[in-house]
Amino acid sequence: MYIRAASNISPQNTFGNQPFLQELAEYTGDRLSCIEPDYKALIDPKLIRRMSRIIKMGVAAGMDCLKQAGIQIPDAIITGTAYGCLEDTNTFLSKMVQQNEEALAPTAFIQSTHNTISAQIALLLQCHQYNNTFVNGGASFENALLDAMMLLYEGEASNVLVGGIDEVTANSHAILKRMGLYRSQPVSNFELFNAPGKGTMAGEGSAFFILSKEASGADWAKIDSVSSFYKPRNTAEIKQQISIFLQSQNTNIHEIDLVITGNNGDLKNDAVYGQLQQYDFAGVPAINYKALCGEYPTSSAFAMWLAAHEIKNGTCSFVSESEEIPLKKVLIYNHYQMIHHSLILLSAC
Amino acid sequence: MDQPVFIAGLGVISAIGNTVAQNLLSLEQEKTGIAPIRYLDTEHRDEFPVGEVKLSNDELAELSGFKPGISRTAMLNLIAVREALTDAGIANLAALRTGFVSANTVGGMDKTEDFFRDFLSDNAKGRLRDVVNHECGAVTNLVADQLGIRHYVSTISTACSSSANAIMYGARLIKNHMLDVVIAGGTDALTRFTLNGFNTLMILDKQPCQPFDANRRGLNLGEGAGYVVLVSERIAASLKKELYCTLSGYHNANDAYHQTASSPEGTGSLLAMEGALKRSGLQPANIGYINLHGTGTQNNDSSEGAAISKLFAGHNPKMSSTKAFTGHTLGASGGIEAVFSALAVQRGLVYPNLRFETPIEGFSFTPETRFSSQPAIKHVLSNSFGFGGNCSSLIFSKL
Repeated sequence: MYIRAASNISPQNTFGNQPFLQELAEYTGDRLSCIEPDYKALIDPKLIRRMSRIIKMGVAAGMDCLKQAGIQIPDAIITGTAYGCLEDTNTFLSKMVQQNEEALAPTAFIQSTHNTISAQIALLLQCHQYNNTFVNGGASFENALLDAMMLLYEGEASNVLVGGIDEVTANSHAILKRMGLYRSQPVSNFELFNAPGKGTMAGEGSAFFILSKEASGADWAKIDSVSSFYKPRNTAEIKQQISIFLQSQNTNIHEIDLVITGNNGDLKNDAVYGQLQQYDFAGVPAINYKALCGEYPTSSAFAMWLAAHEIKNGTCSFVSESEEIPLKKVLIYNHYQMIHHSLILLSAC
Repeated sequence: MDQPVFIAGLGVISAIGNTVAQNLLSLEQEKTGIAPIRYLDTEHRDEFPVGEVKLSNDELAELSGFKPGISRTAMLNLIAVREALTDAGIANLAALRTGFVSANTVGGMDKTEDFFRDFLSDNAKGRLRDVVNHECGAVTNLVADQLGIRHYVSTISTACSSSANAIMYGARLIKNHMLDVVIAGGTDALTRFTLNGFNTLMILDKQPCQPFDANRRGLNLGEGAGYVVLVSERIAASLKKELYCTLSGYHNANDAYHQTASSPEGTGSLLAMEGALKRSGLQPANIGYINLHGTGTQNNDSSEGAAISKLFAGHNPKMSSTKAFTGHTLGASGGIEAVFSALAVQRGLVYPNLRFETPIEGFSFTPETRFSSQPAIKHVLSNSFGFGGNCSSLIFSKL
């Protein structure tokens, strides 16, 4: 199965026809926010006015991805989002509480449902095909990917649009900060790993992909497999999951040219990555990505965009020159809050 | 790869009972669960009748084993799942590749609403434990942890078709040889958020709803949870109990008409039903009973009815909406109605469409008005349609 196109709205300059991560955006504080494109080129301006930020980001990345692939109507639209349309949920919920359940307007409620983005894309395309939305915390994007890959395998689809989307809002940020997810002292995302401590930086993003059963000749990469596992009891179990995953793809860690891990700058969170890098991943070039996009439940969609881009380019631009070898296989390992863990394996076409 | 998927266990809690047996008895006795609001803390208490589970949060905590203070959605979820698992009686669940695929639409919103009362006046206020399970997926995790299921845990949310999609996804995980057993379905508790949301859309009935009636006025919201235990052929063969049926067909399509309204001709509904028939290798004439989505809104029933008139022209099966009993339980409806459908096909039952009086003009069919035994039924179709044009149909077939 092939990644035929990818589109990514993120806190970096990743959307549209831009050089690959040349000028990195710096954020100081505890939060990275998406650099939003001019939506008018992608969505009817009349519709844009009604859409909240996450819907615009989702629809724009989805539509751009289809455009890149030259596909008018995909055979399925599948999204993953842990929190869904938070801004709309917050608007309706706040008004409901403040106005004591009186004189409420329907728009925010209508747009608050988690399937709004995949539904809006279907509506814009007049796409009557399979449409699904996973809301499974840190495995939302991975579940969507698995659904897409199964549809391709089952012969139910040839081209599937699949994406991972989550947004930060003022209130979600305030609540998660109180829960201790983010740094209490301001930090630069460039320095996040030089000053590890307690907490990370909040992030968000919208990354979409076209997965195709057949090669188009211009694919970014192949997607070999995706796996997610839930609350492993200890590091040994994580190691076992990784080993089983690689075995199932008839490969092993020595054949992996690059590992992308989900470090987020929080000491406790990153301990497992450290252990793996010291032993299991030892000798394999490794990079992480959350200094670019921040931490959020569907950040593995950003990681997959990064991996696919690196494979398309041929070599990894973030490792030292001595380690620069042609990329044939890239493994992504991420976990969100130690609850859902996931593995994605990509390879060169 | 197209191995059959069997249903080995059922669990349900709804406005008409806390167990499968209680639900079935209410259906048989034609006893509705729609009543004035008793438990939901809302300003609209005396305005809209609803299908509440007839237990307080404290009583649900006791029944489920959760500590009081957890989301009602999770408590309903655990009660129904536990019943389904006990019913299936799979001895060595831990040794099998067992998945939990659950649906809901608003997660722990009932607790978030409490949190927001304090939080909005001062964002340093509000008890964090009331918002920690806000996410849909967090509710699933709470239940998975109680059951000790870790092999595969997933959550789906596609509005009112959510749990039909969870059952479909679960079946495909078995067909693709990734799992042996999947507990699939959905849960949703009544919340102020959804009650007020549907109120702004002006589709709530101030009286008990009348699905598929010419004079229908809207829907009654409900709450509950419904789960089926799906098993592979290998596991099915190893069980010493009688299985309910197979899940022989399913299909997911999109109406692509409007964010909240269905197309007049029922494009998405028709595609979903046609697709499910095609997968099961059946003709419309093979369907003995349709458990309708039948919310009682003008829009849904005319749209769904148009699609049914077209697809089943000439050989209308018996059909009814059980939402007149349970209310529209949103993310749980496909799961609850899957339980009803599995029982209908196994035992040859047709449920009444309560309060039906006047046929809708132009439709060639009318819903059943009495409970009846129909031993000839071999296949049952269940419809679940939702916001965002999400339309899914499931077919349950006799063994």
